[in-house]
Amino acid sequence: MGNYTFQWRQAFRAFPEMLEGALVTLQISILSMLIGVTIAVLLAVGRDAKSRWLRAPATAWVEVARNTPALFQIYMAHFGLGSFGIYLSPYAALLAGIAFNNAGYLCETFRGAMRAIPGTQLRAGRSLGMGQAKAFRLIILPQMFRISFLPTTNQMIWAILMTSLGVTVGLNSDLAGVTQDLNARSFRTFEFFALAAVIYYVIAKAVMLGARLLAARLFRY
Amino acid sequence: MFDTALTFNDLLFMLKGAGVTLSVTAFAVVGGTLLGVFFGVLRSQISPWAALPLTFVLDIFRSVPLLIQLILANAFQAIAGWGISPFVTSCIVLALYTSAYCTEIVRGAIEAVPSVTRRAARSLGMTWGQDLTQIVFPMALRVGLPSWIGLTLGVMKDSALVMWLGIIELLRASQILVTRLQEPMFILLVTGAIYFALSFPIARLGSRLEKRWQEND
Repeated sequence: MGNYTFQWRQAFRAFPEMLEGALVTLQISILSMLIGVTIAVLLAVGRDAKSRWLRAPATAWVEVARNTPALFQIYMAHFGLGSFGIYLSPYAALLAGIAFNNAGYLCETFRGAMRAIPGTQLRAGRSLGMGQAKAFRLIILPQMFRISFLPTTNQMIWAILMTSLGVTVGLNSDLAGVTQDLNARSFRTFEFFALAAVIYYVIAKAVMLGARLLAARLFRY
Repeated sequence: MFDTALTFNDLLFMLKGAGVTLSVTAFAVVGGTLLGVFFGVLRSQISPWAALPLTFVLDIFRSVPLLIQLILANAFQAIAGWGISPFVTSCIVLALYTSAYCTEIVRGAIEAVPSVTRRAARSLGMTWGQDLTQIVFPMALRVGLPSWIGLTLGVMKDSALVMWLGIIELLRASQILVTRLQEPMFILLVTGAIYFALSFPIARLGSRLEKRWQEND
């Protein structure tokens, strides 16, 4: 085992600082999910639209989001947009990248869920005098969210894990960024990142458990 | 924007990076699939309680960011004094990461085979091994292959993270060029196009397989 002495105390002393980072991580992932879900619903509607001008951009978004690395998408937001004179902070770039990615994946989830809803329901809504938009909002959307709840939860976990990529564009306030900062000061890489890994694990499990409880509460008949 | 200083040699440099991406992916997917099939069969055969330690360990690989896993593994091999190269470390970590997902796919696919079919095989006099290789695997393959293709593409995209350990794969190669040429948008677009060209046809193949095999059911 070489002649390395583990210094865990140093890592534990930094624990409160890392927890603050974990809050930023949660904040980014929740924001990215809110933005992602909103855009994903629009994309899902756009992909099945009759007009080609709606379908093409929505399809392009989904295919790019699903066929390139998340890290590439974050780089695109951070370095790429600079060519157009748009300079995003690491926080904004990370948020934009993850939201872009979430929207692409969630769109396909939502489309699958929508296909599971019988088309007759929409027609029933229309024949009750609802407009297209109202029927969609009151009949399709709630069922769609219900059917796709678990896959959406998985995407939330993905979003949490993806926030760790912020450190590659220089974000130093989220959990991975804080840990990297501490690491750069002391070079206790293993200790600090092991603690970070435990925190990530606990967050992921807590979110999963919370979603399960929420699902049991929300979706009982 | 299209008046670029990117030369043919730079493009070759990026393609070489893409080659590294592909080789890391290949090692990870081959290793991860072998491990994943083994763990998956094991998990579907023994009781959930007996499999609990394995389930827990594999779950860690799915609940901790890959970047953190890579950093931890690299730090650990340095502490242990093994002197493994970053390339091998990344391949091992990615293979374990792949195996965690592959186990779930294999287990799900095996459990999708109706138990009456397996009992029928056994009552025809097939041994446990024959049942597994002649009945379960062919049927499970149809269920599992589309997700496995998705997993392979996912690993290829996630392999971009190995650049943190200093490996010059496609995305890192593009960063080196961006630093030199100062044309981030154009070079990143080329990078994205390469990733897209690698991933999109296989993704299409996967969804087509999925659709075709569902029709025959």
